[in-house]
Amino acid sequence: MYRYDEFDQAAVDERVVQFRGQVERRLKGQMTEEQFKPLRLMNGLYLQLHAYMLRVAIPYGTLSAAQMRMLAHVARKYDKGYGHFTTRQNIQYNWPRLVDTPDILADLAKVQMHGIQTSGNCIRNVTSDPFAGATADEVEDPRPWCEIIRQWSTFHPEFSYLPRKFKIAVIASEQDRAAIRLHDIGIRIVKDAAGETGFEFWIGGGMGRTPIIAKKIRDFVPKAELLDYATACLRVYNALGRRDNIYKARIKILVHEMGLDKFSALVDEEFARIKGTVALPEAEIARIRAYFAPPELPVLPATSTAFEAKKFEDRAFRDFVRSNVRPHKVPGHAIVSISLKADGIAPGDATAEQMDLVADLAERHSQNEIRVTHEQNLVLPHVRLDDVHDVWQALKAASLGTANIGLVSDIICCPGLDYCDLANARSIPVAEAIQRRFADLERQHAIGGLKIKMSGCINACGHHHVGHIGILGVDKHGQELYQLQLGGSGAEDASLAKLTGAGFPPDRIVDAVETVVETYLGLRDGDDESFLACFRRVGMAPFKAALYEDR
Amino acid sequence: MAMKVFTANRLSDGTVVYIGPGDTWAEVLDHALVAATAEEEAALKTRAEAAVKARLVVGAYAMPVTVENGAIRPASVRERIRAAGPSNRTDLGKQAAI
Repeated sequence: MYRYDEFDQAAVDERVVQFRGQVERRLKGQMTEEQFKPLRLMNGLYLQLHAYMLRVAIPYGTLSAAQMRMLAHVARKYDKGYGHFTTRQNIQYNWPRLVDTPDILADLAKVQMHGIQTSGNCIRNVTSDPFAGATADEVEDPRPWCEIIRQWSTFHPEFSYLPRKFKIAVIASEQDRAAIRLHDIGIRIVKDAAGETGFEFWIGGGMGRTPIIAKKIRDFVPKAELLDYATACLRVYNALGRRDNIYKARIKILVHEMGLDKFSALVDEEFARIKGTVALPEAEIARIRAYFAPPELPVLPATSTAFEAKKFEDRAFRDFVRSNVRPHKVPGHAIVSISLKADGIAPGDATAEQMDLVADLAERHSQNEIRVTHEQNLVLPHVRLDDVHDVWQALKAASLGTANIGLVSDIICCPGLDYCDLANARSIPVAEAIQRRFADLERQHAIGGLKIKMSGCINACGHHHVGHIGILGVDKHGQELYQLQLGGSGAEDASLAKLTGAGFPPDRIVDAVETVVETYLGLRDGDDESFLACFRRVGMAPFKAALYEDR
Repeated sequence: MAMKVFTANRLSDGTVVYIGPGDTWAEVLDHALVAATAEEEAALKTRAEAAVKARLVVGAYAMPVTVENGAIRPASVRERIRAAGPSNRTDLGKQAAI
């Protein structure tokens, strides 16, 4: 993992001192709220419905055991014993006091963590594949490149006041586990015919009130030119992006209105002009890469007798393996996903005790590494097959062993009106009601892969536009109402979900979801045809008929 | 005129508060003063603005309420949740003390 050098640590420590002074001045009345607000937001501190909310960055979703323990400590000491993992691989605390936040940030800085780049119109925390460095299908570990982008983008003076926030995601495999096509810039690492690393650039994707799938702007940017090309993209956006209308300020609107060709031509012009300005020397790339050297995993047989025996003996373990365990690039090892979607728990929430347990397991069984996924789950990326059963037992004892990754109850869900100042409707109670309705794990496995994503407002933090089933909570004449959308995907086959029709009141939305699922089961072409494949084959009509025919 | 209560978040810790009797800001909605006339609302607004200036609270605003059997009830779902706590966690927020 990346370790801060003296410059990184000094920058974060200085930021804590600055923020402590800013809080003091605010409390003494030397600053108004209008003056203070942008400063607190630059440190991830929001004001929500019930209290302040602190968002802490987890760069590219990678955590060490010590960092996870510190997150648990913050939850326990300064909050109400839990945290909420978000759809951008960050964590939020819902109840911190303003007067405590300088101490929280000081504690976080001890493990190289902070709230920088979690708010404001800057380049936000870079996200990545939670299986990075562990999955066999990547061309290389994308995290060194994420770290290079982080170092370039943090406190970048030119890009600190962009027209709007700017999100970058990086992956290195065909399979997209980071939703790069829904980012302002999505980067896929590829190799050319000579085996040289380069970057496929996607631009102008995003969700919110105007969802747009990113367009591919370049097939191959050579590695030395990564930051030059990114700079050119940002510079064109910074100059031409709209600042007169917050709803039209994201790069997706600029690219959409200008057209990709014209935007691309301007980027090329700027790229040609600045090429070499922020060139990446090989030595620096090698230095950063060294931090992400793969763990020294022992060479083991591809098949573990103990693992196979436990699967044979224990059906519940077999279910867990089926949904939560994926192959590792090193034989004899596995990637183990930890579901934060247990029945009755808000999606993404974890208690301090659960965080501590995950830290212990990472230390004992996963080379000290933990990942956070944008689907609000955790991952132990390097577990020996021989150990998976023990890990599962420990997880199960802490209500973390739910075998539902990728299934109907593994719902992405924003905090909604239960916490969020922007929300129009609640989302957590609907997610919990859906989880209860589909609590039968056997039924979930029979349904197969199905991603439900839900947001409590049009800002789409819950990614409803790219849910196989998407749910959007709206306020209609003071009442919560839920719109249903079908056929979205945030993966490599990205697509935007389509609205079924009129919305459903809170007491009917779960029935509506079940109707969609039952309709799919009746229509699918064999057990192997997924919900998404089936929807793409048959279209909206049969679902619409089933949902609205009795109305 | 719809009845209104003035609410805000306390600056130091973000707690939801309501203008109460005297100089107080109440943490519990039942202790809030209800404005039933334009004059009463204007008086509460003056107090709210003074409290913002005095750095007691941030983001003060008037919210519509009804009063049923002496109990103050916010008109919106949002304000009912602010007054109680997250609806999925009755152990959190003001409802936890009830």
